[in-house]
Amino acid sequence: MSATAPAAPRPFEAHVKLVDRIGEPLLRILSALAGLLAVVLLVWIAETMFDQASPAISRFGIGFVGSQVWDPVHNNFGALDFIYGTLVSSFVALLIATPTAIAISIYLTELAPRIVRRPVAILVELLAAIPSVILGLWGIIILGPFLGNHLEPFLHSFLGWIPLFAGTPSPFGMLSAALILTIMALPIVTSITREVFQTTPAELKEGAYALGATRWEMVRTAVLPVARPGIVGAVILGLGRALGEAIAVTQVIGNATQIKASLFAPAGTLAAQIASEYQSANPGLGQASLIYLAAILLVISVIVNVVARLIVRRSKVS
Amino acid sequence: MESSVVNPRPRLLAPAPGARRRKAVNRGMEVLCTIAALLAVAVLLLVVISVLIKGAPAINLDFLTKNPVPFGQTGGGIADSIVGSAILIGLATLMSVPVGILIAIYTTEFARPAVSTVIRFCLDILNGVPTIVVGVFIFGLLVLGGAQSGWAGAVALAAVELPIVARSAQEVLELVPGSLREAALALGLKRWRVVLRIVIPTAAGGLITGAVLGVARVAGETAPLLFTSSIFSNFGLTTNPAQAMPNIPVTIFTLSESPSPQDHAQAWAAALVLILFVLLLSVTARTFHERSRSKLRS
Repeated sequence: MSATAPAAPRPFEAHVKLVDRIGEPLLRILSALAGLLAVVLLVWIAETMFDQASPAISRFGIGFVGSQVWDPVHNNFGALDFIYGTLVSSFVALLIATPTAIAISIYLTELAPRIVRRPVAILVELLAAIPSVILGLWGIIILGPFLGNHLEPFLHSFLGWIPLFAGTPSPFGMLSAALILTIMALPIVTSITREVFQTTPAELKEGAYALGATRWEMVRTAVLPVARPGIVGAVILGLGRALGEAIAVTQVIGNATQIKASLFAPAGTLAAQIASEYQSANPGLGQASLIYLAAILLVISVIVNVVARLIVRRSKVS
Repeated sequence: MESSVVNPRPRLLAPAPGARRRKAVNRGMEVLCTIAALLAVAVLLLVVISVLIKGAPAINLDFLTKNPVPFGQTGGGIADSIVGSAILIGLATLMSVPVGILIAIYTTEFARPAVSTVIRFCLDILNGVPTIVVGVFIFGLLVLGGAQSGWAGAVALAAVELPIVARSAQEVLELVPGSLREAALALGLKRWRVVLRIVIPTAAGGLITGAVLGVARVAGETAPLLFTSSIFSNFGLTTNPAQAMPNIPVTIFTLSESPSPQDHAQAWAAALVLILFVLLLSVTARTFHERSRSKLRS
């Protein structure tokens, strides 16, 4: 700040004011435009998506959502197989990830020795840093064969009477996809759940201990009830992540257009279908239908994320 | 407590009924929670070690410095993908970081609280938009009717990176003490000077680590590039973003879908290069992140 030259203050001040007169509004306008972009981008994405999908929308209408055909040869398309696959694979993933994430959060906030808390928390979060294409490669070559040759035959022999575990074990299918999605959703759910657990009022915990509760009883009666809304938000956020994953899922799910009760059977999801047909879709109706899938995926994930954010925000405020 | 009437010598500190069971349940739950944490760490190690073991044998100087060879021949490398990825990520970061920081400046320094809440919310939603949808969006915007290009790929990556950078920048700027701003304003500085000469330099460390985290995140993104920079007229090194550019994630993806074990070996090696880069960036950024934040807080 060499601005204070007392000898000739006048001309310098005038100079500063000119710069200020340009700089002040310039930064305001530029930053406001950038802020506007964040809002506009969202609308723009939706607009482009529905615009590009319009040939398929006008041809198949809303019935697209309930139709099970995907026949590029006869130019007849429907999304139901993929909506089913998306929902089931994400649901199974969250079914496994949620209790695991809660358990890890309890370990990290209540059980772990102080020195290992941060390293373990960082390692769990690093799980989210693994690129999905690498997780998919690992799924194809290591996880898939393990499932097809060991875990699925094992499940089949014990629980084969349940339709979920009927059918022939295979390295590629719904279960492989769900497990890969579990790995992807776990760090997100864990990090939010852990944050929520950390905000449990100390008086509640101490009160539970003073009444003679064991550590688990303290968690069950003091930590979990307070954290419930936050956990719900975290799970829905994890769901949003799982719904939209394209690459890793397309690598391991087998990309079939069918609805089978068995978790071992190949299936498809919205995102995976888009990723797997990116090159083969013929311009025109095929491409428009693929973009229609993207539009449906966008709508689902925006709804899921809005709900999750609202819940997480509210639980943090209270 | 009825037994105490019968008991000639009442035990004042008798364990409550069911104490053993409660202790056992507690122990069981503690063990389960510990196993869950170990499991998550084990999965991370399993993936990283698989990549190390399967990728290391194929890594050599040729792999890093040579271009891929035509189908059927042995050897070849991923030099073209490394260069392509570097350019794509570089361009995406050059686009998203300044805009992201501007958004953060607007929401923390200029906008009314209600407006910043809306923008913050939009950024969170944007962050949740599947990256494949972002890819399709840029495809419709820049590729359809023309051709895939490095520019389209970079813009797609930038759209993924933007909300991450903006949100982390925002959190850092909010940590800059208000007293610093007030002091500067009281000395007669205009708002924009306060931002550029006081707020930004104070937050610089946090802003940089936020940007590095953004880079780490998009470095592994495949989906946005599938529609924008994945079909190459001729394989080989290109530094011209007007053409579709080969890149590491798409290379791993196509190699992993191939049935040939030789392609899989190459995919693992490329995965090793990518995972080392991403983990290195994430770990250093995270370490600095905490440090720069606690510095701001103190």
